[in-house]
Amino acid sequence: MDGLAIPLNHVLIVATLLFVTGLAGLMFRRNIIFILMALEVMLNAAALAFVAAGTAWQQADGQVIFMLILAVAAAEVSVGLGLVLQIQRRFKTLDMDQARRLNG
Amino acid sequence: MMQYIWLIPLLPFLSSVLLILTAGKMPRRIVAFMGSGSVGLAALIVLSVGMGYMQSATPHTLHLWTWMQIGNFSPGFAFYVDHLTIVMMSVITGVGFLIHLYSTEFMQDDSDYSRYFAYMNMFVAAMLVLVLADNLLLLYLGWEGVGVCSYLLVGFWYKDPANGAASRKAFVVTRVGDTAMALGLFLLFTELGTLQIQPMLEAANNTWAIGDNIPAIAALLLLGGAVGKSAQLPLHTWLPDAMAGPTPVSALIHAATMVTAGVYLIARTHDLFVLAPDVQILVALIGLATLLLAAFTALNQHDIKRILAYSTISQIGYMFLALGVGAWSSGIFHLMTHAFFKALLFLAAGAVIHCLHHEHNIFKMGGLRTKLPVVFWSFVLGSAALAALPFTSGFFSKDPILLSAFSAHSSALDSGFNLGPWLWAGGVLGAFLTALYSARLVFVVFFGEAKTEPDKQPGWRMAVPLSILCILSIVGGAFTLPLASVFPAASEHAVSGLVHVISIATPIVGLLIATLVYFKPVLPINKFTDSGTGTALRGFWHRGWGIDTLYDWVLVKPYVGLSAAMKSEWLDTIYHGVVSLARSLNVWLSSLQTGKMRWYATGMAFGLIVLLTLVGWGV
Amino acid sequence: MELILFYIASGVALFATVFALTRSNATHALIYLIVSILAVAVIFFLLGAPFAAALEIVIYAGAIMVLFVFVIMMLNLGEAGTERERQRMHPAVWILPTVLSAVLLVEMLIVITKFDGAQTGALIGAKQVGLTLFGPYVLAVEIASMLLLAGLVGAYHVGRRFRLSEPSEEQDLSVIGPDSSTTDEVNS
Repeated sequence: MDGLAIPLNHVLIVATLLFVTGLAGLMFRRNIIFILMALEVMLNAAALAFVAAGTAWQQADGQVIFMLILAVAAAEVSVGLGLVLQIQRRFKTLDMDQARRLNG
Repeated sequence: MMQYIWLIPLLPFLSSVLLILTAGKMPRRIVAFMGSGSVGLAALIVLSVGMGYMQSATPHTLHLWTWMQIGNFSPGFAFYVDHLTIVMMSVITGVGFLIHLYSTEFMQDDSDYSRYFAYMNMFVAAMLVLVLADNLLLLYLGWEGVGVCSYLLVGFWYKDPANGAASRKAFVVTRVGDTAMALGLFLLFTELGTLQIQPMLEAANNTWAIGDNIPAIAALLLLGGAVGKSAQLPLHTWLPDAMAGPTPVSALIHAATMVTAGVYLIARTHDLFVLAPDVQILVALIGLATLLLAAFTALNQHDIKRILAYSTISQIGYMFLALGVGAWSSGIFHLMTHAFFKALLFLAAGAVIHCLHHEHNIFKMGGLRTKLPVVFWSFVLGSAALAALPFTSGFFSKDPILLSAFSAHSSALDSGFNLGPWLWAGGVLGAFLTALYSARLVFVVFFGEAKTEPDKQPGWRMAVPLSILCILSIVGGAFTLPLASVFPAASEHAVSGLVHVISIATPIVGLLIATLVYFKPVLPINKFTDSGTGTALRGFWHRGWGIDTLYDWVLVKPYVGLSAAMKSEWLDTIYHGVVSLARSLNVWLSSLQTGKMRWYATGMAFGLIVLLTLVGWGV
Repeated sequence: MELILFYIASGVALFATVFALTRSNATHALIYLIVSILAVAVIFFLLGAPFAAALEIVIYAGAIMVLFVFVIMMLNLGEAGTERERQRMHPAVWILPTVLSAVLLVEMLIVITKFDGAQTGALIGAKQVGLTLFGPYVLAVEIASMLLLAGLVGAYHVGRRFRLSEPSEEQDLSVIGPDSSTTDEVNS
């Protein structure tokens, strides 16, 4: 069904806003949980852009890539949360500013 | 006897080497015996050589070995003997032996006894090589040798840094002259192809005409060397400071021998100076200026040795004056008589200092006439000779110089300008001042009331040389030196009787005035000397006409400042700057690596913005 | 009309995201995040990608966010954790990120608005997606599955609890290896 005319630019703008918000959150939260949440937000925004582009080109590729992004997000979250558990056990804190042993 | 010439410099040299190698382990008697005996033996050999030479009259060359061979430059170690050499050798070994004998008592209480005699013998050996040298390179060897020994002896009491400074000053100032002389040697060799003195002078006469440029330059450079070694203007500043050495050193080096080396050099190469009349008249002018400057300064000194030092500078000025007007024989004759009476004066001054427990200021002495009779008579006779009072040896040597100066003509000047009378007038003024300051010295030190008491009397080893030198100062003028075969005859001009009278009478007038000022203070000169201009003039003359201050400001201070600036190694700041820049960059960049994840994320965002901007411009 | 719905959904998504990232309580933030994801799913529906929308809800909100919730519950942050978070968020902290993000936003907007005219809205159903997925992109499917396998194994290994000797304070933690933490007592 055509005729649902949402301009691609608008969707991309929304995606950009979401991405930028996620980036800001990534930069200013210290708790690792929130950092991971911000990462999810950014992934989501990128996925939105892909799907919108896909429908603009009237191809299924956008949604295919969306599925791959999903897979990546899933894998990343699982490993990431495992790391969070280890950090909690070792540093006894979730503050990422404390994990700076690689400083110069 | 000629084949034993090589013994003459060898004996003092061997003695010196032996004393150095045994380094103070030998007992004092042996040291004294060797030190003075080697010079005495050399003196005896000179005597016999001289007597043998008087019969033949031909110059004799003794070639010992070839020193080096570089291309067609092969100077030899060769000795050349003619009348001039005999005269110089006699002075060096004769007066030298007396001074060595004197030193054996003077240095009695010193701990470095053998070092002293080692240096003194080395000096005598170097000086003998200088006067015996057949070629200019060997002469330069002796020249440098006496310079080194002068440095070692002036700074003999090295533990006091002031003595070290004085000996350094002597060495550095004479070095300036030595460099000029070396340049002169280079020039002569390049132009004439040989440095052997007699062949070189012949070649010079054949190659150049009178008034050419190149002999003038060569002569000027040699004059530079002579001026340095003989302490004439402008390189005279080292001699008064060199009085920091022991007094016999001053007597030997700075009165009788080393400072006469310059005079000897000019006399030896006189053909070259004849070829360059400009330079020859310059010699006379330098001599004149120096003798006046030094005489004024000597009048204002109160250190007994400094008075004698400036007096030496002044008298060598007379010798230069003589050489400059072509009176070669008179110059050498004055050299010999000066050696006698100046050594006498220095040794007597040494006796005064020795017996007055090292007091140098003449205004703290007085009334020593009765306390130290031998010394008193030495001083009287020596000063009389210095002042050229009639019938002393100084009179017989200084008078011909003044007369030759009066009748001097130089082809360097316009024929209308008569330089002679001016030179003569300067010489007469100098004679007046000489008599004035020598009489002042005698009156202040030996008459009046005693301010310091002598604590010992001079022994026979000091008294005998003094007496012998007294005799020589009086009779030394009685014979004429047989130098006719060496030098061209000085041109004889008739001079008026008035000139004769004034020349003879001036020292007597000076003596009279000195008597009236210092012996019986009758003349009211205090009004002048204590006034504003008087004190300023006295201070100015006391400081040697400010030349030392001038050199200090113009030469020494900029050099020291420059070396201090160089010492800070400012050029290294460039390298240090690079290093510190790299370091600070490292520190700053390291601080960027905080290890915090948020910080890196922020950095990435920032980089993303920059990248987008760059890409965006293109779009 | 779809346009209005789109704007409403985007607004919800944005607000929910902003709230999600500014809460002190982790659980609250997660709920906001789920709301944001659901809003994005609505946008997918409006764009004409029902399969993507369904996947978004099922996997993203239904699996990934639930995983997040589980871990947060497991960490047991509590009131103390919430208080700590509140203290960490003062203006000095969020000024710079906000400014940087704003600059980035402006730049990207400039880039995006240079190009005009494309319209979205073509309905692309599940069948078409499946054909494309197992057609040209079958390699990507295989790789994705390997990725998921790696994620699975990695998550198991990384999250494992090791029991050995008592750890010391200065233990070298550069390698995540044998360790023993005796207690689960967490603080953040």
